[in-house]
Amino acid sequence: MTPRFAPGVRLHHDKARDRWVVMAPERMFVPDETALEVLRLVDGARDVDVIVDALAAKFDAPRDLIATDVNAMLDDLVVRGALTI
Amino acid sequence: MNAPLALLAELTHRCPLRCPYCSNPVELARASAELTTVEWARVFEEAAAIGCLQVHLSGGEPTARRDIVEITAAAHCAGLYTNLITAGVLLDASLMARLKAAGLDHVQLSVQDADPAGAERIGGMRGAHARKEAAARIVREAGLPLTLNAVVHRQNLHNLVLLIETARAWGAARLEIAHVQYYGWALANRDALLPTREQLEEATRIVEVARQTHRGRLVIDYVVPDYHAARPKACMGGWGNRFLGVSPAGHVLPCHAAESIAGMEFPNVRETSLRDAWEDSEAFNRFRGTAWMPAPCRGCERAEQDWGGCRCQAFALTGNAAATDPACALSPQHGLLAAALARSGAPAFRYREFG
Repeated sequence: MTPRFAPGVRLHHDKARDRWVVMAPERMFVPDETALEVLRLVDGARDVDVIVDALAAKFDAPRDLIATDVNAMLDDLVVRGALTI
Repeated sequence: MNAPLALLAELTHRCPLRCPYCSNPVELARASAELTTVEWARVFEEAAAIGCLQVHLSGGEPTARRDIVEITAAAHCAGLYTNLITAGVLLDASLMARLKAAGLDHVQLSVQDADPAGAERIGGMRGAHARKEAAARIVREAGLPLTLNAVVHRQNLHNLVLLIETARAWGAARLEIAHVQYYGWALANRDALLPTREQLEEATRIVEVARQTHRGRLVIDYVVPDYHAARPKACMGGWGNRFLGVSPAGHVLPCHAAESIAGMEFPNVRETSLRDAWEDSEAFNRFRGTAWMPAPCRGCERAEQDWGGCRCQAFALTGNAAATDPACALSPQHGLLAAALARSGAPAFRYREFG
């Protein structure tokens, strides 16, 4: 399973407010820090396992815990139309 | 004070369709009054500078402007995410390719009904539905994301299930189902458009089922009408709080319908900067925040949730833009909505036209 941004969706740096936003057709939302960590690894090449490995290493956290969080977050972003898997 | 997140750029009031619920004002602006390409480019630069992230290139029909490609390029160069809000009947593959090359990010295509005959009667244009279907294909073939926008009301809600299927069949990733809001042209056609409570409840049920059925494949945004409500909508997320509109003739508006409020004067981009209009103009500060509110809004725990509802609706129904929106059950004029519902059921439309 390889997540990628849906057509027309991308991460965008909001200079005026100094934050990252997910820009999408006629919508935008502000990812929390955890979601932003995941979204930064979404490049259409990394699959879910690779993303989980990278975050488990970065945060020195149990892999199972990270996997649960990442899967829930990806599912939410798919439902909101931001990502496809 | 918040900075606006999105700009609605109403590039023209010209449109081949004549929808009786058009959100343009009843007094339509002529082509000769429209802002030029260069003026729009300046508006986009100023909008981005004060914090706007997206622009909705709308109308009327934005592709009725011969400089739509240059306008799109200017919005893209200003760093804005660009949405084209179109009826699609003027779109061909060549124009689509040029718009994409200019940096267009997304297309929202309107559809008036799932049934071609109904769609063409509502939109007041022969052959429109087939052209829209072709436009959807052109957008998808160009690789751009597509939203279908269906304005729903008494005379097309019976086809809501088919409208949702149309969105899937035409390749939309997103569907906006928006009940008519009643000011301007829609108010003039209220008796023909207001849904019954049964229609509304059935529509809401259909949307809830469809969201589950198409989960992960089709995002459905749903805007409800407020004539059956007990609390008003948080119109525009609050006056002068998030939303910024510029009319074809350059008026800076806190809501696209704001010009329907008689006696209000709005700043114009030909005379002032967007920043000054947003921050300092009398019009934007008039209903900003909560200090202007009368009872029962004043002190209400929902004052910063619904912002007293819609100023245009308050004006349209009571003659006073500073009144509590009658959609609120706490408004002393809430009975106006029930009276309108009791009167509704007329079949004929008054089509949009230049006066």
